[in-house]
Order: sequence, then structure tokens, then C-alpha cells
Amino acid sequence: MTTHSRNETLLEVESISLSFGGVHALSDVSFDIRKGEVRSIIGPNGAGKSSMLNVINGFYHPQEGSITYQGKRRAQMKPHEAALGGIARTFQNIALFRGMSTLDNIMTGRNTKMSKGLFWQALHFGPAKREEIENREFVEHVIDFLEIQTIRKTPVGRLPYGLQKRVELGRALAAEPTLLLLDEPMAGMNLEEKEDMSRFILETNEEFGTTIALIEHDMGVVMDISDRVVVLDYGRKIAEGTPEEVRANQNVIDAYLGVSHD
Amino acid sequence: MFYRENGQFKSSYSSDQAIFPIAQDRAFVIGILLVAFCGVPFFINEYWANAILIPLLVYALAGLGLNILTGYCGQVSLGTGAFMAVGAYASFKLVGFFPEVNYLILIFVSGLVTAAVGVVFGLPSLRIKGFYLAVATLAAQFFLIWLFNKVGWFYDHSPTGMITVRPIDFFGVRVTGPEATPAAKYLFTLTIIATLTLTAKNIVRGRVGRSWMAIRDMDIAAELIGIKPLQAKLSAFAVSSFYIGVAGALYFGVYLGSVEPLEAFDINQSFYVLFIIIIGGLGSILGAFLGAAFIVLLPILMKNLMVGGFGVASGTAGHVEILLLGALIIFFLIVEPHGLARLWQIAKEKLRLWPFPH
Repeated sequence: MTTHSRNETLLEVESISLSFGGVHALSDVSFDIRKGEVRSIIGPNGAGKSSMLNVINGFYHPQEGSITYQGKRRAQMKPHEAALGGIARTFQNIALFRGMSTLDNIMTGRNTKMSKGLFWQALHFGPAKREEIENREFVEHVIDFLEIQTIRKTPVGRLPYGLQKRVELGRALAAEPTLLLLDEPMAGMNLEEKEDMSRFILETNEEFGTTIALIEHDMGVVMDISDRVVVLDYGRKIAEGTPEEVRANQNVIDAYLGVSHD
Repeated sequence: MFYRENGQFKSSYSSDQAIFPIAQDRAFVIGILLVAFCGVPFFINEYWANAILIPLLVYALAGLGLNILTGYCGQVSLGTGAFMAVGAYASFKLVGFFPEVNYLILIFVSGLVTAAVGVVFGLPSLRIKGFYLAVATLAAQFFLIWLFNKVGWFYDHSPTGMITVRPIDFFGVRVTGPEATPAAKYLFTLTIIATLTLTAKNIVRGRVGRSWMAIRDMDIAAELIGIKPLQAKLSAFAVSSFYIGVAGALYFGVYLGSVEPLEAFDINQSFYVLFIIIIGGLGSILGAFLGAAFIVLLPILMKNLMVGGFGVASGTAGHVEILLLGALIIFFLIVEPHGLARLWQIAKEKLRLWPFPH
């Protein structure tokens, strides 16, 4: 368990409502994410989990509600603002830069940490070269951490699925995120790969103190690694609490198993 | 057997990030540069300079420019001809205004002017993608050429509507016009292109290049990582147009000497450069050179073979040459859609193992 305080709120979403035309993706959802915790968002297909992550990092703009991140309250996030504020994410359907190598993908994750302009870049001299090498050093730590040294220079399009997921996590970690959003990091993986991925997630949380919000369908994993869970169904929050509380919640059981209407 | 990287260990990130991390590649490139700079100028004649080497270099530079935009940043453009024209006319006007300023500086400024024009025509890319963007850049193609043809100021009201380069000395050596020696023209072009190739490589392997490729491969993820699409796309348009503008200035000043916009910079020119990068390889610096070599050299080779070898009439040979070139382009695209640069890469991977299979 991490040593730092668990009670400080890092992010709070309040009464978020999001709709696309007549479709209500999220209605009146509120929950908070505390510093240093692993927060899971679960729910059946189409419950609005991915939409929730997209709202948090500013890709979707909710019609109602507010988001308070690091003490600053806003009606909506902007993608660039979220990235600069230390929110990084991975995607349900891998969104790597397929034409680039593993190394370049992860280096791209450090985009917000690099600033040298076109002129120095063109000369590849002085500040730009120093900056490049400093960041390369950090990226190598991420590569070591995720045990992907051998595929450093391989174009990611050629990698198998499990490794691509890992590279994507690496790209997010390269940004040294405060809040890491993981959208189904274990989807389509076999048991061994899931174990590896769980280990990386927990180590990230414990060693770097990164706060993690993840969406996952594998209940075993969710119950094992999360501190608190929030359950969405049809765009509404139906339950919240520790894994044990959620497991025992009647609403959750009904949502997953269905309820008889006789 | 000879192309092995065994034993070449990297002990710093700086050496691992070198442009040519493998010693043999480094030696090969240094060799080529030595021959190009110190060998060729002694043997070059009018024919080799004007028909082969200078057009090859100029087209490689234009290809490099378009490759930055299309190959690295994924924004399709059909306005290359027009941007070359901007560079050509800018250098023409600048030489007229400031005849005593160094020609190299004027060419550089012409590139900057083209970059500014490129950014303006790149603005639609923030809203539209793919084929629609290509059509938007077609607007640049037609509008700019029309402008250069219509407004007398651009061609100094010359009665023919053509612009002709003034004789310019570069550090006392004549580099433009009929009196310039082939070696001088060639060396002047080669120096500019070698320098710009190096800077292009530096840009694409750094942060800016990665942000272009990120936008190309997955723009949504790029945005969520903190890359600003506006900045990335417009900087790609600017750098690309700068290269194309310099290519245009050299095409006009050093290669042709006098041009007429409707002929020299029409839509065919845009397609020509697009073919160069598609055949050479999108998203590859080497690709621009291989593609330019293919497009420039092959017709000459075929013509010589047909006229000299089989005694075909030169008019007929001209037509057959276009047919054959088209067929070859299709053939190459089917065999290797990633272009000649990819073939070269595959060959190198094979060579690493040759002659042992493991």
C-alpha cells in the first residue's frame, strides 16, 4: 500500500450529463478520484464508461455538470489542458502511432515535456540535442520498467496485440502522469498477459504514486487491484464503494445478471 | 558478409540516435558525398548537369518537401507546382529588388515567402482531411498560377509573360544563366540540397517530426497526448512549403533559366512530385531521392535505349516512354506499395544475414 494520504481528492466529477442528439450517454454522474488510489469504473456494455473517460480528458464536452481537477473547477476539460495537467490515457482499441517504432511512440508521450523549437531541432545541436537525450533517458526507464527492451526499434504495427497494449501503457507513462486513465487495459489478453499487465498497473501505482482510473470487464482483476469501484449502467451511477461493497450490492447484481420482470 | 553490425556497441544515447548508427552505412554515405562533391564536378559536362544531375537534385528537394507534408504529416497536397512557382517568382522579384544581396540569402527568403503562402493554404487542413484536403490544395494550384500569369507585376510586365533569371554571381562564381559553368551550377545546387536534407532528417527524428507522424497515424491520440493539431499541421505546411519553395527557386534560377508559369508549374508538376514520393516511399528522406532518380533517370534511359538501341523514331519513343513509365509505376506500386525506400530497407535486412541464413 502506498504511504501518502488517501483522503485528498484529485478529481471530482459532479452531475455530469452528456448526450449525443437524443442519446443520453451519461446522466447526472458524480464521483471522485482520490490521490494515489486505483479507481475502477465498471458496468455492462454501453454503460457510458468510455464516455466518462473521454469527458475527464476533455475529448467529450458534457452539457451539464462540472469537473474539478487538482482544485480547479471547470465545466469541461480541453484535451491539451488535460495533457499538460498530467492526465494520460490508453484506449480501448489501441491508438498507437502504427508507423512509428516503440521508442518513437513512447518518446511522443513526452511531448509535453519537450519544448525546443524548430530551429534547434533542424540543427540537432545544443539545447535540442540535450533535451532529446535527457528525454531518451527517461524513456529508457519506462522501457526497462515494462520489459520491452527487445522491441525498442520495431515499428509497433508489427507487434502482437499484448505488446501493443504494453507500449501504449508506456506512452502514457512517459508523460509522468498524475492521473492515468486506462480504458480496458486487459481486453483480449490471455491469463499470463493479464497478470503482467496487473503487475505493471499496481507497480505504477505503488512506485510512482500515480493515481489510476481504469475500466475493465474482468471482474477478478477489478476486485483484486482496485481500491474503490464505481458502477455505471445506462449512463447512470448505480453503485459505488469498495470491491466488497459493490460485489454485494443488489443493483449491481441486477445490472449484470438481469432482473426478472414478472 | 560485409554488412554486419556485430561488435558495434553503442555506449551513449547520442551515438544510438545518430542518423546512420551502422558503420557501413556511414562509410557508404560519406563515400557518396565525397564522390558527389569532389569527384563529379571535375567530369561534369553540360548534358550531365542540365539533363540529369540538376533536375534530379531539384526534384529530390521538391519531393523531400512534399514528403514532409504528405509522408510524415499525412496531409495530401496537390499544390506542389504552385508552391514551386511561389518560390521561383519570389526569387525572381527578390533578385530584382536586391541585386547586391547574396543569392543564397535570397533563395532562403524565397523559401520563407513560400512557407507563409503554404501556411495560408494549409489552414483548411484543420477542418478537412484526405481527398477533400487534396481538392482544397488544388485551389492553391489553380489560383496561384492564374495570379502569376495575370498580374504583370510578378513577371515585370515582360511582353512574353515569361520570367528570365538575371546572371548572378555567388562569391564571384556565376551560378545562373547561360554563362554559368555546369560544375558551378551543380555544386551550388548540391550544397543547398545536402544541407537541407540534413536539416530535414534532424527535424523528422526530433520532437517536431514525431508530432507530425503522430498526427498522421492517429490524430485523436496525438491530441490527447498534448500535441496541438493546429501547430503540428501548420508547421508541416510551413516546412514543406519552404523546401518546395527553395526547389522552385532552383528549378527556375539554376535549372531552366526562364519559365512560363502555365507550362513549368502546372498541375502536372504537382503530380510529378507526388509520383516521386509515392514511388520513392512515403515518410522517408531516402525515398525522395530514390523516387526522383526513378522519375528523372528512367525516361532518359528508356529514350536512349529505344532511339539508340532499337532505332525507334524519337517522336514515337517519347510516346512509348510515357506509356512505359505509367506501366512501371503501376508495377512498382503493386510489388512494393511502400516504395523504393522500403525495398532498400528489405535488401539491407537480407544483407545483414547474407550469406548465412541465420
